[in-house]
Amino acid sequence: MSTTTTERDEAPKLTPARPRSTRTNNLGIFFLMLGACVLWVSGRVPVEDVTLVFGLGDLAPRLPIDPPNAVLAIGLLYLVAGSVALAKRWTGRYATVALVAAAVLFVPLILILSVSLGTASQTNLLPLLTEALRLSTPIALGALAGLWCERAGVVNIGIEGMMLASAGVGFTFYALVGGAAGGGWLIAAVLVSVAVGGLLGLLHAALCVTFRTDQIISGVAINLLAIGITSFLRRQVLLPLGVGTGVTLGAVEIPLLSSIPVVGEALFTGKPIFLTMFVIFVLTHLALFRTPWGLRVRAVGEKPHAAETLGINVIRTRYQSVVLGGLIAGLAGAWFTLETVGSFEDLMTNGTGFIALAALIFGKWRPWPAFGGALLFGFASALGSRIQLLGVEVSGFPVPSQFLQALPYVVTIVVLAGAIGRAVPPAADGVPYEPSR
Amino acid sequence: MSSPSPQPKPPRRSLLETYFRLAPVTVPLYAILVACLAGSLFILGAGANPLVAYGALLDGALGSPDRIASTVARSTPFIIGALAVALGFKAGLFNIGAEGQLLLGALTAAWVGTWSWLAGTPPLLAVPFVLVAGVVGGMVWGFIPGVLKARTGAHEVITTIMLNAIALGIASFLITSRDPALLIDDRASTPHTREVAASVRLPTLVEGTGLHLGIVLALALCAATWFVLQRTTPGFEIRTVGVSREAARYAGMRVDRTVIVVMTASGALAGIAGAAEVIGSGSGYLTPGAFTNIGFDSIAIALLARGNPLAVVPAALLWGALLSGAPLMQVEADLSVNLVRIVQALIILFVAADAIIRLLFRIRAPRGVDVGEPAVFARGWGG
Amino acid sequence: MPVLRVRGLTKRFPGVTANSDVDLTLHRGEILCLLGENGAGKSTLMNIVFGLYQPDEGQIEVQGHPVAFSSSADAIASGIGMVHQHFQLIPVMTVAENVVLGKESRRGPFLDIDKARAEVRELSRRYGLDVDPDAIVGDLSVGAQQRVELVKALYRDADILILDEPTAVLTPQEVVEFFDVVRSLVESGKSVIFITHKLREVLAVADTVVIMRAGKVVAAMPASGATEQSLATSMVGREVGFEVTKGLAAPGQVVLAVRDLQVADDRGHTTVRGLELEVRSGEILGIAGVEGNGQRELVEALAGMRTPLAGSVEILGHDTTGWSPRRVEMLGVGHVPEDRAKHGLVGTYPITDNLVLNRYHRRQFSRRFLLDRAAMTRNANDLIQRFDVRTPSPHVLAGTLSGGNQQKIVMARELSGDLRLLLVAQPTRGLDVGSIEFIHRQVVERRDAGVAVLLVSAELDEILSLADRVGVLYRGTLAAVMDRADATREKIGLLMAGGGEVA
Repeated sequence: MSTTTTERDEAPKLTPARPRSTRTNNLGIFFLMLGACVLWVSGRVPVEDVTLVFGLGDLAPRLPIDPPNAVLAIGLLYLVAGSVALAKRWTGRYATVALVAAAVLFVPLILILSVSLGTASQTNLLPLLTEALRLSTPIALGALAGLWCERAGVVNIGIEGMMLASAGVGFTFYALVGGAAGGGWLIAAVLVSVAVGGLLGLLHAALCVTFRTDQIISGVAINLLAIGITSFLRRQVLLPLGVGTGVTLGAVEIPLLSSIPVVGEALFTGKPIFLTMFVIFVLTHLALFRTPWGLRVRAVGEKPHAAETLGINVIRTRYQSVVLGGLIAGLAGAWFTLETVGSFEDLMTNGTGFIALAALIFGKWRPWPAFGGALLFGFASALGSRIQLLGVEVSGFPVPSQFLQALPYVVTIVVLAGAIGRAVPPAADGVPYEPSR
Repeated sequence: MSSPSPQPKPPRRSLLETYFRLAPVTVPLYAILVACLAGSLFILGAGANPLVAYGALLDGALGSPDRIASTVARSTPFIIGALAVALGFKAGLFNIGAEGQLLLGALTAAWVGTWSWLAGTPPLLAVPFVLVAGVVGGMVWGFIPGVLKARTGAHEVITTIMLNAIALGIASFLITSRDPALLIDDRASTPHTREVAASVRLPTLVEGTGLHLGIVLALALCAATWFVLQRTTPGFEIRTVGVSREAARYAGMRVDRTVIVVMTASGALAGIAGAAEVIGSGSGYLTPGAFTNIGFDSIAIALLARGNPLAVVPAALLWGALLSGAPLMQVEADLSVNLVRIVQALIILFVAADAIIRLLFRIRAPRGVDVGEPAVFARGWGG
Repeated sequence: MPVLRVRGLTKRFPGVTANSDVDLTLHRGEILCLLGENGAGKSTLMNIVFGLYQPDEGQIEVQGHPVAFSSSADAIASGIGMVHQHFQLIPVMTVAENVVLGKESRRGPFLDIDKARAEVRELSRRYGLDVDPDAIVGDLSVGAQQRVELVKALYRDADILILDEPTAVLTPQEVVEFFDVVRSLVESGKSVIFITHKLREVLAVADTVVIMRAGKVVAAMPASGATEQSLATSMVGREVGFEVTKGLAAPGQVVLAVRDLQVADDRGHTTVRGLELEVRSGEILGIAGVEGNGQRELVEALAGMRTPLAGSVEILGHDTTGWSPRRVEMLGVGHVPEDRAKHGLVGTYPITDNLVLNRYHRRQFSRRFLLDRAAMTRNANDLIQRFDVRTPSPHVLAGTLSGGNQQKIVMARELSGDLRLLLVAQPTRGLDVGSIEFIHRQVVERRDAGVAVLLVSAELDEILSLADRVGVLYRGTLAAVMDRADATREKIGLLMAGGGEVA
């Protein structure tokens, strides 16, 4: 069936007259209700001295806060933001601005509440930011992996498995062959991880593109395979070796920038994979949107038959793209074992691959917005840890750690449900490609 | 655009034709064969003898009547869990949340089963009551992704996986929390819920093997699901929505409602599986780490059964056999039990890539003959 | 020396031979029309010439050299360009991106989009094809998209242009303009092969006609001596009547009344804008109009598949605005959808199930939630016989049937039962002549039995041969409604393009 949209040349675009509840309306209502709750809470917040710090060292700015008033203020701001969003007809672009501002305000709100309800009297925002950035690394890399696959038209829910397998195999290589000796062996192990990711990408491509398997089933199969192989490796190889928590990749300092007082050290030093992530993002953006190959990849994901009639090898392009995605997922796997924890646990990726997909959808299949999504989840994780650190208690009971750990997952659901709106994937995403014979 | 249509010949029932028609059965069987062969590569890699390993596997699973009963007992939650996933497949939904739904069903059952007034009630009333509680728990956890999908288009793959993780967190909290103490058994050394009342237990069929009445329940549910799908009008609607949403719309079916109903029903089934495990297994209580992997395995089994409610039974039995025989394999062949997981994953891989199997064994799908449900279950993010 | 020569080409697909020993010769500066009914093998042949399919036997020579194309890249390199019936454009990309895709201008490793835009403008100027390089293709009109396809082919230095059913989506006015473009291309040295099943066009523009039937070439001749009748006879192999014999209509009560209807499409644009019409029992109201003027949304709104934004629909005295398809159907409304494969049938279901697709809940097919499969089979056997569906059994999967038989299934279902109103959209698209004749007969029979028929079709000939009254849909409203006697091709063509009075 032809998909040619057919409007006469001069036809004006009419806006729909129907009063449908849109994403903005939903979020507006959400913030109105939230604002009301926050106002109610502000009356019950203990009057304590709370200081918000931003930065490290003595020069870091400190902001003393009076919790009840601060929370009250934020509550009022939420009411305003919610109203602005609901009145989108008249406020236009400001509606989006208001919603973003409201989302951002969420962080200080939580922090102020946590500090006042907890045992500490101050909390530092900068480490929170860096922690969020750091935690977003595997999610962002996973989203990129998904981006490359899906832009070429191949759905990949096996990113989780790719990460897990590369984490496990990479670490096994490091322990077995490199004797956990650190230094060059770590780098070699990272390369092995990346290669494993690429191999699984190749498998996914073979299954989906050549054998035209249902792409979701292929992803599930890869996930299962990864779980099987890594648990097997762990029991059979790692435990007998007795490798415990070991050395991880060392942090790298960016010259000059890291010397900036207050923020420099925190923002501009980081571990290699974390820093590489930014490089990959830039490269992805350039490659996908500025090169001929990127144009072809996108074409293949939108309308492969059209690309075929222009002589583009759809199959080869899809293979290239999916393997590339696999390689990036492999790097994400290395982040877990070789950059962060220093050992391998069963199922240590913990759903990151799926959160990465949510970030990708959140970012509407574009690199930088997807990074924004990853950062959102990173923040959720970081906040969760911070709340735990602050020893927050509600009605005399400490907030259960499980609730805080579940925070990123809840955020994922909320994002998918409320904030997606009409995100349009590449048109041929998920559709097996049948070449003309 | 239409091809000229010669008069089709009436099908001749040759041996070859029958071979092709059995494809829905032979392809998975061949897939299992190939997977086992591929698995032996891993076994060799680990320095063991594949024949010894597989022999021990078989022996451990089916070596004696008690062992067979044990295998069947092991398979019971898988049957119902895979049934839950298969039902989702029929409507074009990928319910990965069987694990969470099962867990919530188990939690609810474990909680309700300890209610004091149930202790004095006759089992004929108490058992169904607790099972229904499990159903409700699972239903809630199936309803959420269903309604999200129908109303907002949030893809159920991700929402259900997230809900699985959240369910684990909830279970962990409820079971291990001492302060406040919620479900935890105060006297226990390792955290678990309080034991359910005796009147609530499912009768054991074979002593010492853990085989309980749940298996009968499982088989009955499979048959009932098959019947509903093939012979009733709601089943017709579910299948049509699964195959072609557009045609369903044209036919006046309420697609959104079907999505919600199926996800909820799928959750309900998973909930029963969880509840049956709690009240059927020996201990009668729930530990925090219980049931991990039943959820994910259910998906694999449903794939193996190609979404067919009846085929779920043999597929689940196979799965249970693999897991049952693994410990003996570990002892006799000195291999980690996780090898079995690799074989399982390979089976899924080859079943999914049935094109590979068809190529290897030269099985072609004949035209015009019903070769069972198509191999494509879900389509991208379009829902 | 001919620019293109095809010798003895044969192509087989499982179960059917699409091309059988085909010979074809094209000379420089020639317009060759490849004529045949749907399914004759014309597109297959040209797809082979364009490298998308591989022939089983035979030879192709370009400029006297034998060639073997392994992909369309090879064909393009040999100077062959093809514009497919369904445009191969990427809606979300710009015109420039679509044109240069696969032969991108580069600056270092990067895509030089400015150069691409300049080249598009240059080609546009040189050949008189007006396109805007920065426009998003998905927003363009059909005519504009077609121009983009032509620029795309010319960008690759195509000498031989293959055009597959290019006029299917154009108004009569646009067709005339299109022919002018083709003639000017030919004057600048290009050679054109024009695939069509419309006899009128052949006579209007062709130098040579090659007629195909059932995969074989049955005639090749200069166009000057041919008439519509002679072409049609060669095309179908027998005498073809152009008009369906039908008696006069005897219209009765108003069955369908539509007032000020406004309907939006899936993207939110209002494509039906204040439409009014009436259909009485025993008459056929034919709605002509090129696709994209709101036909799909109109029919879906009447059938209950789409909720109108405003306005009202009245069927048999009931206000059915916003009713579900099921409720509408219960009134005795049949809906033959324009996309039969997507909406009207489920390919993986057997014929029995398809025949009750939207009526399985009725008491004759199910009781208290239980499907009565025996009744469904009886029903299927009965309908298969009455509608002459070629199939060995009622349990065959609908997807394996030919297009004509599939449509017969849909019609059998919608025409059975107590039918009062029939909504029929693009019923004979892509079908062979035999099926077309059958379907037309069925529609007229129903009309004679007192059913009110709303026929929506982009095929003007179909409207003119079936309708008692003719309306023209343009940009969401009925530009005019007139009696068949007053409807001439020229008048309707004008209205389809937006000229003329507004009703």
